[in-house]
Amino acid sequence: MSVLLIAEHNNKEVKPFTLNAITAASQIDQDLHVLLIGSKADDVAKSLSEVPLVKKVLHIDHEIYENYIAENYTAAILKHADKYSHIICSANTFGKNLMPRVAALLDISQVSDIIKVISPDTFLRPIYAGNAFATVKSNDEKKCVTIRPTSFEAAETTGGSAEIEKIDAADQTENTKFINREEIKSDRPELGTARIVISGGRGLQSGENFKLITDVADKLNAAIGASRAAVDAGYITNEHQVGQTGKVVVPDLYIAVGISGAIQHLAGMKESKVIVAINKDGEAPIFSVADYGLEADLFEALPQFLEELNKLNTIQK
Amino acid sequence: MKILVAVKRVIDYNVQIRVKEDGSGVVTDNVKMSTNPPDDNAIEEAVKIKESGKATEIIAVTVGEEKAQETVRKALAVGADRGIHVKVDGTIEPLAVSKILKKIVEKENPDLVFMGKQAIDDDCNQTGQMLAAHLNWPQATFASKIEVNDKSLQVTREVDEGLETIEVNTPAIVTCDLRLNEPRYASLPNIMKAKKKPIEQINASDLGVDTNPRIEHIKIEEPPKRKAGIKVASVEELVQKLKNEAKVI
Repeated sequence: MSVLLIAEHNNKEVKPFTLNAITAASQIDQDLHVLLIGSKADDVAKSLSEVPLVKKVLHIDHEIYENYIAENYTAAILKHADKYSHIICSANTFGKNLMPRVAALLDISQVSDIIKVISPDTFLRPIYAGNAFATVKSNDEKKCVTIRPTSFEAAETTGGSAEIEKIDAADQTENTKFINREEIKSDRPELGTARIVISGGRGLQSGENFKLITDVADKLNAAIGASRAAVDAGYITNEHQVGQTGKVVVPDLYIAVGISGAIQHLAGMKESKVIVAINKDGEAPIFSVADYGLEADLFEALPQFLEELNKLNTIQK
Repeated sequence: MKILVAVKRVIDYNVQIRVKEDGSGVVTDNVKMSTNPPDDNAIEEAVKIKESGKATEIIAVTVGEEKAQETVRKALAVGADRGIHVKVDGTIEPLAVSKILKKIVEKENPDLVFMGKQAIDDDCNQTGQMLAAHLNWPQATFASKIEVNDKSLQVTREVDEGLETIEVNTPAIVTCDLRLNEPRYASLPNIMKAKKKPIEQINASDLGVDTNPRIEHIKIEEPPKRKAGIKVASVEELVQKLKNEAKVI
């Protein structure tokens, strides 16, 4: 049997987390097929075919797939799911929305958000906001699995030459209509894949004060994160939220500024390689996970931090 | 319009989780339990819609052991009209919950079903989507804004890229994000009144749904601990450590 991975893309490019999911899927079974559901996405099909771990690209090309709608994707996946032992995608908002709909219709109990493949039916996954790890074995004949992207390396993207097979579209739902997407364009690295992330919390006190964070981010070529409190308060938009119900990040360096470190925030960042906490409350729980803690007023510390960075001859990008 | 809201009883979000030494699960004895936080948002939204005159009845439903009823009682105290408790003991997976909820939907014929986007215990994020699949209804997941129209909803969804807006025809399933609204607290008089509101009890076994787990929990363990860090005295020291010791900048 082979595994079927559902690609996330915008009809022009493959989304980076799909490459992490490809790595995980290939650990389940080497005969990995990628299903690309899109509209005029030939470039995406081509780039997927060049990923060495991919053995075959199944490409459904139809205008009804111009925008991603879970109902339409599900119908397309079910039409071609028969031959596969596993159906897999990334556990971001794309896959979280899609996979349960597929699993339910196949009568499969989905395994969500795995961080390790132990064997083709046994996986490691975090529960309780990462405060416990569960080793789980799926006893369903076929499995639906979503992958925590930051727990797997991104697959190589060049050197492969998988066959691209065009396959049929499925029926379109009449009950869901895409209206629009407010995508915030930024030149900064993406939060999920950035090497350095600097995050601000309620301690920033206002949206304007986030400039202190962005100045440092610009210097370090870092992505900008935030605690839920900062997003709820309107300091910054939702796509920056790191945590149990936001994004999970595993950068080389995570700098938490004015973030107390609620369990729910730690769930999204505590696997980072190096953690820095800057907080004026020395008792803040964030210090319990920090490699380097600085007990200081962030309004003094951040400008100084930038100044010290400016003094360095070189900064890794 | 009738709204069904599904709620789940979970370990309170403020509790520090402790893993049992024998690897069989996490400690739940004498641990504070509460309604799953985004389920509170689901109830709140339903109550707001009813207050605006667009809904006539709110039914709160839960699936779980005897004490799960507390979450329904709490929903009744903030504005749900009546409750349903589907009794089942032991672990129950989202797939089985969604099948049970389908039976309840078929019985109650709601126009909308709301629930939290994810339960903070198993972190599965499945039940709403699965229910939508079983019913062949549209799904609007991770909702941070809902506009109710005559025969449709316009829903703003929180997605990785930012915000996405979709329109779904009713009947529909909506799973709620924490940013959808600010859940109200129950007032004492309303808590008293809620005690008189009816909660229908149904045994899961009477619904003809197979609730046997398909996923075996082989072992629950503590995640690897981070090694203790240090406090630095100054920004200068911090930058030097990051440059020369951690070598990350």
